[in-house]
Amino acid sequence: MIKYFQRRLLQAIPTFFGVTILSFMIILSAPGDPVAMITWGPNINTEANEAMRRQLGLDQPPLVQYVYWLVGNDWALIDIDGDGVGETPGDRYGILRGDFGKSIKNKRPVMQQLMQRIPATLRLGVAAITIGFLMGVVLGVLAAVFHGAWIDQVIRLISVVGNAVPQFWLGLLLIIIFGVQLDLLPISGMQNITRRGGFDLADALRHMILPVFVLSLNWIAFLSRFTRTQILEVLQQDYVRTAYAKGLNEKVIWVRHALRNGLLPVATFFGPAIGTVLAGAVIIEQVFAWPGMGKLIIDAVFARDYPVVMGSVVIASLMFIVGVLLSDIMYVILDPRIRLE
Amino acid sequence: MAQRSKITRLEAAQLPSRSFWRDALAFIRRDRLTVFAISVLLVFTLICVLMPVIFENVLNLDVNSTSIPNRFKQPGESGFILGTDQLGRDQFLRLIYGGRVSLTIAYLASFITVFIGISLGLLAGYYGRGVDDLISWGVNTLSAIPPLFLLLIASAVWEPSTEVLVVVLAALGWVGTSRLVRGEVLSLKERDYVLAARALGASDLRILVSHILPNVFSIVMVTMTIIAGNLITIESGLSYLGVGIQPPTPTWGNMLTDSRSYFVSGVHLVFTPGILIMITVICFYLVGDGLRDALDPRRYQQ
Repeated sequence: MIKYFQRRLLQAIPTFFGVTILSFMIILSAPGDPVAMITWGPNINTEANEAMRRQLGLDQPPLVQYVYWLVGNDWALIDIDGDGVGETPGDRYGILRGDFGKSIKNKRPVMQQLMQRIPATLRLGVAAITIGFLMGVVLGVLAAVFHGAWIDQVIRLISVVGNAVPQFWLGLLLIIIFGVQLDLLPISGMQNITRRGGFDLADALRHMILPVFVLSLNWIAFLSRFTRTQILEVLQQDYVRTAYAKGLNEKVIWVRHALRNGLLPVATFFGPAIGTVLAGAVIIEQVFAWPGMGKLIIDAVFARDYPVVMGSVVIASLMFIVGVLLSDIMYVILDPRIRLE
Repeated sequence: MAQRSKITRLEAAQLPSRSFWRDALAFIRRDRLTVFAISVLLVFTLICVLMPVIFENVLNLDVNSTSIPNRFKQPGESGFILGTDQLGRDQFLRLIYGGRVSLTIAYLASFITVFIGISLGLLAGYYGRGVDDLISWGVNTLSAIPPLFLLLIASAVWEPSTEVLVVVLAALGWVGTSRLVRGEVLSLKERDYVLAARALGASDLRILVSHILPNVFSIVMVTMTIIAGNLITIESGLSYLGVGIQPPTPTWGNMLTDSRSYFVSGVHLVFTPGILIMITVICFYLVGDGLRDALDPRRYQQ
């Protein structure tokens, strides 16, 4: 068990470096220039621009830039005035030392900005995964119990449509229906900003209903199908026939054999779910003006604020990698049939 | 029951044998839902490919011609079947042109995705060791980044045309297919017929192309249809975030995105592209489901 954990952890290291290389390379290939985005205007001062570029390290060869980003540049002297002699020590510690650099746009540390946004995304993501898995499994079990009946057909329809509907479009429709026409639910933000006083749970929950529903729909759709197939497959196994043959009552067979074995594989999807929910959050946060990581990364992409973009990608991937690792380990613990070498 | 199936089997044995693909085709023909989904896709594709030619050459219509007096016409009003948008452009025309772009992306990008996925999957699975490590590293890396993040950044920095977007989508989307193919190849390359081919002196390329490839083809076809469906949703998502194909070139995605500003004056603009996307994606998924059943050699065991 420990060995398996160690090996998985070791495998995560090259993956992590791959992520940093890839996000760095995409940014590097970008035609836009962050400095030009800031100093854009009629009174461009070329010299100041050059100085700023040198200060940010944008004049360095790609490999040097990458190394600075990874391990910081506080050990190197930066040549800001362009005379060929470095005079100012760098101020970055690099992502390996927990520092994602500073935002070019507002000079604030990237980590600080991310930490402000991550809780909002987590609130959305955790709720969506919980609802998605619960609803998915419940619907799947219902569909399996009543397979062939109208409930099964309705659930099948939900799952087909739920998979195919573009998330943001569904969000828009829900906003039109529940926000504009019926005026029942808030359509943007995490809470009512005109309200006085501290944290209001009811208000926060009301703000979560629409985005969480949209975000979880994919998983409700997928898992209801998956659970149904799994359970129906388990019901055809020999041990279920044996259970029937020895006269066990139906309920016991369902709970002990069908559900237990049929639902186990659902656990393998916790990992992937984290990834899709993080990705979905990018869109959903935009639709519902939810101040999370997704919105941060979109704003940063358009401002060519590269440290923030790369920082978000790395953090999101780390969350994803850790999530997949945990879900794999959980699965190994849950399913004694898996033997580890 | 048992008696009946025995007779049919006996009869079947006397019939000329059907190849795997012919058999699958016969199975699909009996599967009404799949046939229906395929026909819908065919009709959509034909309309989107042929109609623009007719519009331009016979009717002299221009999809981008704007007309301010005709803004926000409701469906059916003054001869516009599906109404007009915020610039008075004919929504019906734009849907067809948009479909042409969206479907092109779906078909082309899914094809290239699968092509890359198969090639790398075959290489990784067949050669193993260093090649496998390298490709698996790429696979692990790409799949460790939440799917939309890279696409968002890549298409934001490169501001893609249709062709570039197709390449970007494929370059970032091959991971699943490659993983699938690699897994299959790992078991296929141990089969006796591969050993036999090698004993007869077949080259690696020949073994890969004529002995292993045909056997992974069926599962890959299923993935390809699913990917095509996903791509349509992804394209619309990217457009919504403002990094997809830029207007005035219409795609179902950016038409939908434009419409969000006109909830009040043009609700019809919100519905039509979304419904078309949904129908198309559902059809792709249904075809995928149908293919999976048709190409599953185990289906006779049940």
